[in-house]
Amino acid sequence: MATHAAHAEHAHAPQAFIWKYVFSKDHKVIGIQYYVTAMLMALVAGLLAMLIRVQLAWPEKDYTWLGKIFPMGYDVGGGFGVMRPEFYAMLFTMHGTIMVFFVLSTAPVSGFGNLLIPLQVGARDMAFPFLNGLSYWTFLPGCLVILASFFVESGAAAGGWTSYPPLSALKGAVPGSGTGQTMWIIGMVFFIASFTMGGLNFVTTILNLRTKGLSMFRLPLTMWAMFLVAILGLLAFPALVAACIMLVFDRHYGTSFFIPAQIALNNVPLLTQAGTPLHQGGSPLLWQHLFWFLGHPEVYILMLPALGFTSDILSTFSRRPIFGYKSMVLAMCGIGFLSFIVWGHHMFVSGMSPYLGMAFAVGTILIAVPSAVKVFNWLATLYRSRIRFTTPMLWAMGVISLFISGGLSGVWLAQAGPDIHLHDTMFVAAHFHLIMAGAALFGVFGATAYWFPKMFGRLMSEPLGKVHFWFTFITYYGTFFPMHYIGIAGHMRRIYDPYQYEFLKPLQPINELITMSALILGASQIIFFVNFFWSAFKGKKAGENPWEANGLEWTTQSPPPHGNWPGEIPEVHRWPYEYSNPDAPRDHVMQHEPAGAAAGH
Amino acid sequence: MHDGGQAAVMEAHWGGGAAPFGATWQKTMMWIFIVTDALLFSGLLCGYAFLRQAAIQPWPKQSEVFSIPFIALMTFILITSSMTMGSAVTAARLGDHKKARTMLAITIFGGLCFLGCQAYEWSHLIHEGARLTGALPGSTLAAEGVPPVFTQAFFVLTGFHGSHVLSGLIILIVTLVRWSMRKTPSQGVEMAGLYWHFVDLVWVFIFTLFYLL
Ligand code: HEM
Ligand SMILES: [Cu+2]
Repeated sequence: MATHAAHAEHAHAPQAFIWKYVFSKDHKVIGIQYYVTAMLMALVAGLLAMLIRVQLAWPEKDYTWLGKIFPMGYDVGGGFGVMRPEFYAMLFTMHGTIMVFFVLSTAPVSGFGNLLIPLQVGARDMAFPFLNGLSYWTFLPGCLVILASFFVESGAAAGGWTSYPPLSALKGAVPGSGTGQTMWIIGMVFFIASFTMGGLNFVTTILNLRTKGLSMFRLPLTMWAMFLVAILGLLAFPALVAACIMLVFDRHYGTSFFIPAQIALNNVPLLTQAGTPLHQGGSPLLWQHLFWFLGHPEVYILMLPALGFTSDILSTFSRRPIFGYKSMVLAMCGIGFLSFIVWGHHMFVSGMSPYLGMAFAVGTILIAVPSAVKVFNWLATLYRSRIRFTTPMLWAMGVISLFISGGLSGVWLAQAGPDIHLHDTMFVAAHFHLIMAGAALFGVFGATAYWFPKMFGRLMSEPLGKVHFWFTFITYYGTFFPMHYIGIAGHMRRIYDPYQYEFLKPLQPINELITMSALILGASQIIFFVNFFWSAFKGKKAGENPWEANGLEWTTQSPPPHGNWPGEIPEVHRWPYEYSNPDAPRDHVMQHEPAGAAAGH
Repeated sequence: MHDGGQAAVMEAHWGGGAAPFGATWQKTMMWIFIVTDALLFSGLLCGYAFLRQAAIQPWPKQSEVFSIPFIALMTFILITSSMTMGSAVTAARLGDHKKARTMLAITIFGGLCFLGCQAYEWSHLIHEGARLTGALPGSTLAAEGVPPVFTQAFFVLTGFHGSHVLSGLIILIVTLVRWSMRKTPSQGVEMAGLYWHFVDLVWVFIFTLFYLL
C-alpha cells in the first residue's frame, strides 16, 4: 500500500546531522542551501556595486583606506588612493557575473524551485534526489572559485559579464585576462553543470511526478515558470558551453576560434617567430552570437520565476482567481519561445546586415505582446478586488511596477536606430537593472516572505518586511531611474572615470545623487538579513496555511516533514486559484478539497 | 535511505493517468539530456560553419585531405553498431537475455572499431602535419593550403565526438556487465541504447557537414 510505503519512507529519513542537513537529498534542505548560498553571494555582489557607485560619484577622492583592503585595486603606492581602471573593470565584471548567474539564476530557480516543486505538484521529493544533492555540491565549488578569483595575483576577470574576446581570449590582454578569466570559466562550468542537473530534475518531476488529478493546466503558475525556466536553461546553456570549450582552446592551446589575424597587444602585433600571424581566421563575433544565444534566454531565466511568484501572490492577496490563467501560460510559453530568436538585439552595433537587424528588432518588439498580456491580466486580477497589503503582496506589486517601467525602455532599445545611440550607455544599465535585476530581485523577496513558513515554519516580521520594502522600492527607483537620463546624455557604461570627458562633467551631481540612493539601497538590505535570521528562529509560528491560500504546499505542516505529507499525498480536484467563489462556503477552496466543497469547477 | 525504495514510493503516487509520452521519468530525463547534449554539438557545428563562411582563404577539398571511402567505412561501422544496439534493446524488452547480451557485445565491438579507425585517422593526419593550431609550416597539409580553422575544427569536432563515443562505450560496458548479472532491467538497456543512437546520429551530422559538404 502506498501509505505503508510512505510511512516506511519516513522511518528511513536520515538521522545524522551531516546526512540530514549537509549532504542531504531532501529537496527542501537543498532548496534552502541554494537560497542561503545565493543570498550570501548577493551580499558580495552588492558590496561590489557599492564600490562601483562610490567610484562613479567621486572618482578623484582619496581611497587609501579601501586600498588597504584591496591592495591591487588602488594606486596607494603612488601616494593617492585612486582606483585603477582595470580594478573597476573587475568590479563590474564580477558584480554582473555573480548577480546574474550565482544570485538571480540561483535563488529563485534552484532555491525556490527545489523547495516548491515537490510541494506544489504533490510529490515526496524530486525525481532523482541524488542528482539534486549533487547539483548543489557542484554549485558551491563554482561559487568558491568565483570568489577566490579576486585574490589571485592579477585579479579577477575583467572582460564584463559577457566576457567578450579578445579580452577573454588573450591571456595578456588586461590583468584580469590571465588567471582571473580562467577561474571565471571554471566557475561558469561548475554553475552550468549544476544548473543542468537541476533542470533535468525540474522537468521530469513536473511532468512525471504530479499527484492524482493534477493536470498541467491545474498547475500553479509558479510551476509553469519553473518548468519553462528549466527548459530554457537546458536549451540555452549548451551554446555557452560550446563557446567556453572553444575559448579554452584559444586561451590554452593556441587555436584561434575567436582571435582574428590582425590583432595586436599594446600595439605589438601578435606574430610567430617566423613573422606570420600567431592567430588566424577567428572571429570575436562568433563569441557574441554564441554568448547571446544563451544570454537572452538567460534574462528570462531570471525573470520567469518572478512572474510566476507574482501571479500566485497576487491571486492570494487580492482574493481573486488569477485573470486569464491559460493566457498567462501561453504568454510565458510565447516569451520563452521568442527569447531564442532575438539574441541579435545585443549586437546591433556589431555591423550586422540592416535586414538581419530589422528581423531581430521585429522579434524583440513581438515579445512586448505576451509581456503586455501578463501585465493586463495582473491588473485585471487586481481590479476592484479587496487587497490584503501584506509584505509579499507589496513585493509582487513592486515586480509589476518594475516590469512596466523596464519594459518601456526595452521598446526603445529593441530598435536598431535608437539602440545605436543608446548602446553601451547607462541607459542600458538602467533598463536591465529595472526589468531583469529589479523584477527578479523583488520576486525573490516576495517569495521569501510568502513561502517562509514552508522553509522554517515561521512567518517573517511584517513591520520589518514593510520597512524593507519601502526603502528598497524608493531607493531602487532613485538609483536606476536617473541612469536613463545620464545615459541619453552620453554617459557610457563600464567607464571608471566619466569626468575625463569634458561633456560628462556636468553629470557629476546626478551621479552623486544616484550613489547616495544606491548606498541607502545597499544599507536597507541589512533590514532584510536581520528580519530573515530573526524570523527563522524567533518569528511567529505559522500554521499550515497562514495566508489562506489554495496550493498543495499549504495542505501540509510548516515546515513539511521529510516526505512532505505525514500521511497520503492529497489528491487534486481543481486549479489553485479558487478564491471568492460566491457558491463556496468559504472565500477560498483549496486544491485538494473534494468537489462538494465548491459548487461548479 | 535507499534510492530505489524512494523511487518506488514516488512512482506509486503518480496517478494522474498514463505517464506523459508513455515514458518513465528516467527515460524522459535521458531524452532531455540528449537534447541538451545535441545542442552542445550544434553550438560547435554552428561555430565551425560561421568561421568557414568567414574564412578568407579558400576551403580545401576534403577529398584531397581525407580518404573519404575510409571515413565512409567508419560511418558504416557506427551505423551498424546502432542496428545491433536496436536488436539488443528489442531482445532485452522481450526478455531474451542471451541475445541481448550478444548484441550488446557486438555493439561494443563496433564502437571499439570506430575508435580504432579514428585513432588511425588522427595519427595519419598528424603525420601529414596537422596540428591543433593549423598545418605545420612546410608539411604536406600546408602545401595543400589548409587554413588553421580547418584543423582546429577538425580536432575539436571529431575529438569531442570521440570522447562521446568513449563515454558511450563505458556506459555500454557497464550495462553489459549489469545485464549479465541480471542487475539492470530492460529499461537500463533502453537508456544506454538511446545514448548510443544519439552518438551515432551526431556522427552522421559531422560526416555530412565536415567531410562531405
Ligand atoms: C544593489 C543594487 C545594484 C546596484 C547599485 C548596481 C549597480 C551597478 C552599476 C553602477 C553598474 C554599471 C557599471 C558600469 O557599467 O560601469 C552595474 C552593472 C551591472 N549590474 Fe548591477 N547593480 C545592482 C544590482 C544588480 C542586480 C540585482 C543585478 C542582477 C542581474 C545586476 C546586474 C548587473 C549587470 C549584469 C551589470 C553589467 C556588468 C557588465 O557591464 O559586464 N546588478 N550595476
Ligand atoms: Cu536580450
